[in-house]
Amino acid sequence: MTVRQAYPIGHVRTPYYIRGKSGVIERFCGTYANPEELAYARPGLPKQPLYRVRFRQADIWRDYRGQDGDTVDLEIYQHWLESA
Amino acid sequence: MSNYRGVHDIGGVPAGEVVPSEHDYALWEKRVDAMMVLLSKKGLMTVDELRRNIESLGADAYDEMSYYERWVYAIAQTLIQRGVISIDELGRRISAVQARSDDGT
Amino acid sequence: MTERHQHEQGVPHRHPLRPDQDDTLTYWRAMEIALRELLIEKRLTSADEVRREVEAMDNRSPVDGARVVARAWTDPQYQQLLLMDANAACEALGLERGLYKLIVVENTDQVHNVVVCTLCSCYPRFLLGLPPDWYKSRNYRSRMVNSPREVLREFGTVVPDDVVVRVHDSNADMRYLVLPRRPAGTDDWSEEQLAELVTRDAMIGVTFAAEP
Repeated sequence: MTVRQAYPIGHVRTPYYIRGKSGVIERFCGTYANPEELAYARPGLPKQPLYRVRFRQADIWRDYRGQDGDTVDLEIYQHWLESA
Repeated sequence: MSNYRGVHDIGGVPAGEVVPSEHDYALWEKRVDAMMVLLSKKGLMTVDELRRNIESLGADAYDEMSYYERWVYAIAQTLIQRGVISIDELGRRISAVQARSDDGT
Repeated sequence: MTERHQHEQGVPHRHPLRPDQDDTLTYWRAMEIALRELLIEKRLTSADEVRREVEAMDNRSPVDGARVVARAWTDPQYQQLLLMDANAACEALGLERGLYKLIVVENTDQVHNVVVCTLCSCYPRFLLGLPPDWYKSRNYRSRMVNSPREVLREFGTVVPDDVVVRVHDSNADMRYLVLPRRPAGTDDWSEEQLAELVTRDAMIGVTFAAEP
């Protein structure tokens, strides 16, 4: 999966550093009210599926100095994901 | 023109060595935290409203204010936005609290 | 005010003095008092409710997380439950279930896990209490995600090259706890003795469990 490369203003739980990066789904976490709506006192419905996605560090940071197998896992809402 | 990036969204931004700091939380800090927990339990605000208001701070304020100063600011903002309190009553009450303290009471 | 000293759970020599702002009425402290008074007057909360919430906060500490870890070290079935449904595993020990879904990540001889929240300061508070300042600091939040091995070294933790470092950015609705590796030489230790080795920092993943 790839995280959409988008840069809206407002309250977003998809960190800047992970936008546009590709990883694999580690698990499905359930569905949650959309924080981008909750932040403005709206109900955030319908709930959004939330996934944990695992990224290779070397795919995120050009000059990553750790080991090849190192990873970072993040929770990404479905509306931020697209097929890689 | 670079893309918008929130002041709080700092993963991967160059920074210094981690200073292993800690302190025992002061009572007023715990009360701010307790207020947030209670307001959230009662459906009077969400943690995302808290975060949204913290994230709206300017970069200097975000860095210079302490953690619970940012929280109390954001709780007040949210309660005003939701119409739970008015700016006028908040301003008057802060002044009253400060005046009481000046009296030494 | 009673404050719990957490030297035994955290790392000693890391306790810079800060002026206790309870003695100084700063602008923001005045705002806290003003807000609390207004909410009480509007009957949206009460002084008693606030006090009880603070007490509950004071009663949560890494001791709770350490109990969970020590049980997992000694009871394979419990460990399985902890890794499958951590909230239920907490409840099974009579602890709070927690408001957020908890994911426990297991350290092995091949993987070392560490937790950070780059966007704010999400933390498994119901099991560890309030987070230490460094966890909320700019330097930790910025660098743990792209220089984890360097940051771990700053905590005195050297992860061998053949062990994968897995960073967990606690960026949304989950909370994370690291299940550290059980130290060698503790085979005949009781659960209570083992719990003493489980530090807060080991459950965040910035250190290993203490050696016996």
